Amino acid sequence: MTRPVVIRGGRVVDPANRRDDIADVLLVDGRIAGVEPRVAAPEEALEIDATDAVVTPGLIDVHVHLREPGQEHKETIATGARAAAAGGFTAICSMPNTDPVIDDPAGIGFVLRQASKARGARVYPLGAISVGQEGEQLAAIGEMVAAGAVGITDDGHPVMDSGLMRMALEYAQAFDVPVADHPEDLGITRGGVMNEGLVSSRLGLRGTPNSAEDVHIVRDLLLAEHTGGRLHLQHVSTAYGVDAIRQAKKRGVWVTAEATPHHLLLTDEAVEGFNTNAKMNPPLRSSLDRKAVLQGLQDGTLDVLATDHAPHHYDEKERAFDDAPFGIVGLETSLGLVYGHLVEPGLIDLSTLVDRMSWAPAKAFGLPGGTLEVGGVADVTIFDPGAEWSVDPKRFLSKSRNTPFGGWKLKGRPLYTIVGGEIVFSADEAAG
Amino acid sequence: MSPTDSSLGKDLIGLETLSASQIVSILDTADPFKEISERRIKKVPVLRGKTIVNLFFEPSTRTRVSFEFAEKRLSADTVNISSSGSSVTKGETLVDTARNLEAMKIDMVVVRHGSSGAARFLADRIPSNVINAGDGRHEHPTQALLDLLTLRDSFGEISGLKVCIVGDVLHSRVARSNIFGLLKLGAEVAVCGPPTLLPRGIDQLGVTVFNRIEEAIAWADALNVLRLQLERMKSGYLPSLREYNQVWGVTSARLDAAKRKIVILHPGPMNRGVEIDSDVADGPHSVILEQVTNGVAVRMAVLYLLAGGEPDRAEDAKTGGDS
Repeated sequence: MTRPVVIRGGRVVDPANRRDDIADVLLVDGRIAGVEPRVAAPEEALEIDATDAVVTPGLIDVHVHLREPGQEHKETIATGARAAAAGGFTAICSMPNTDPVIDDPAGIGFVLRQASKARGARVYPLGAISVGQEGEQLAAIGEMVAAGAVGITDDGHPVMDSGLMRMALEYAQAFDVPVADHPEDLGITRGGVMNEGLVSSRLGLRGTPNSAEDVHIVRDLLLAEHTGGRLHLQHVSTAYGVDAIRQAKKRGVWVTAEATPHHLLLTDEAVEGFNTNAKMNPPLRSSLDRKAVLQGLQDGTLDVLATDHAPHHYDEKERAFDDAPFGIVGLETSLGLVYGHLVEPGLIDLSTLVDRMSWAPAKAFGLPGGTLEVGGVADVTIFDPGAEWSVDPKRFLSKSRNTPFGGWKLKGRPLYTIVGGEIVFSADEAAG
Repeated sequence: MSPTDSSLGKDLIGLETLSASQIVSILDTADPFKEISERRIKKVPVLRGKTIVNLFFEPSTRTRVSFEFAEKRLSADTVNISSSGSSVTKGETLVDTARNLEAMKIDMVVVRHGSSGAARFLADRIPSNVINAGDGRHEHPTQALLDLLTLRDSFGEISGLKVCIVGDVLHSRVARSNIFGLLKLGAEVAVCGPPTLLPRGIDQLGVTVFNRIEEAIAWADALNVLRLQLERMKSGYLPSLREYNQVWGVTSARLDAAKRKIVILHPGPMNRGVEIDSDVADGPHSVILEQVTNGVAVRMAVLYLLAGGEPDRAEDAKTGGDS
């Protein structure tokens, strides 16, 4: 039995319960036992002084690549879960595009077993939509959900066959899980490696236009509307895409969507100099798109902040731009980036950010947590909003270092990450 | 030697990052080197003792031979490595290949690679001078420099010239380097070709866009006609070579309609009867072979300058008095 924990005197921000005030939080037996201005704690309780700190429901990242099985040189479930905890996340959703692809209940079981040994964030696996993510035949969705999958996705590979996507959106309704899609029309992309625009034209890099993403977002929204299915759109990066989702939500389409920290903070100019750590899919877009994604996150069109944490080994990014893989790591920089560069300058308020990083993702994937409701799981994040730090990729707990944010000055740093009432990350231990 | 604003630095990666005075300095230096290739004994000791590796990850005849002549006429020791038969095809990475060459103590690398940014990538990781002989669709600076030299020879000066680049601009490193170089030297630049083969946002560089070749010819003093890669049809950019020739081909009938001299450049190799008709390629206003001759002189100039030679001492250097 874990020792009770009492978190004293922090600014408790719990959007689900419309709370933002100074309070104590008591955790007993892995559950939230009380949130009050002055809570009475059992004598044996571990006391955390949270004065000047922010206390939130545990942060959740619904878009993480853990690479295991098959590419353990990039990341393992254990290193990813610990990197997540160091980033303030109490739960993450793992993508199934591993080798082999997680497309059956045995694969889901494997991810959960590895995660249970990790002593980091909780891991909620997504299974594939199609067998082998080949886009042809539906994977064993019902069996995977029974084994613990919280959603399905062919992420990394868009579902190009509209008929299959329709089927997935219909079939998944029997199991009440979202169908998450990476919106990209490969016929338009044609091997593009960065955003199509002036920068790609100058650098002579193959461009991916916004329309490749827009066409696919609109298709998915139409199919979700037609089927009544539950759609989750991953890493939305275009202005038109954001607006299409906004309109669809007004019509009552059941859709949730993600924004990533990098699409909120960078544009395709970061590719300048052929920087392979600015190569990801969807690509960094124009400043107009960046602003639209920010507006989408502000007004809730994009419900969820997710990192699309995509670790790659140093050698794999140490190549000519065309030959380097897509993706960047995000777990350990996400909170400091968005707190320091969006909340501090007043672009988004703290309560909204906490919603996008805990309550909204919990709702989108039906996960426990996301709230400090008494009786709920004792998943809590405590961070120091005043801590300024600069990103040193060498200090990541992730196995990979592929970030365009190296050297960036961030503000806001996790102090404690608590999962089920147990401290899985503490800044003191990490520093000591 | 103290660095001046016309010195090139360690590498030549592209024209986008050079100033007008650096470009002019290369062209001015190329002029005295032209004469070496006219001699009976075509060799001067400018780069005696320097080791140069020509590292070609893509097939090339013209550019590789031109560099090799330039290197040999300046007395450098040269080694050619091409992708077939090299360890590159055995999975060695670009950076490992370069470091291995470096370990054999070389002075310069001339690199051609299929990926945009590859030359810069190499230059950032090895201390040798790196010369870009074409990286993906990015830049081919020595080709643009020889085009500029040829235009300057034909017209006396480049400022104010109207030059239209015709064809597959999207995939062309020659086009990009030409656009950057011409704009810096004060020329007006246009592109003309099938809309599928023109890069998005190109007009934001200050380039005029023509969709019809007749409009381009009516406007231009010179046309730089790009090679049409034959695989473009398969990837759906255009329907057929025949249609390309009918709509965008540079033909003598179209040039005659302009009723004035229009200078014709082509970086080669040509697809006669596709992007350019033979009577134009071989006609009185074609400077295509002058381009090839100038290519050797321009590459000599680049090698000389990167090796630390000073632009105004090129004449002395030829006699072995300096370098």
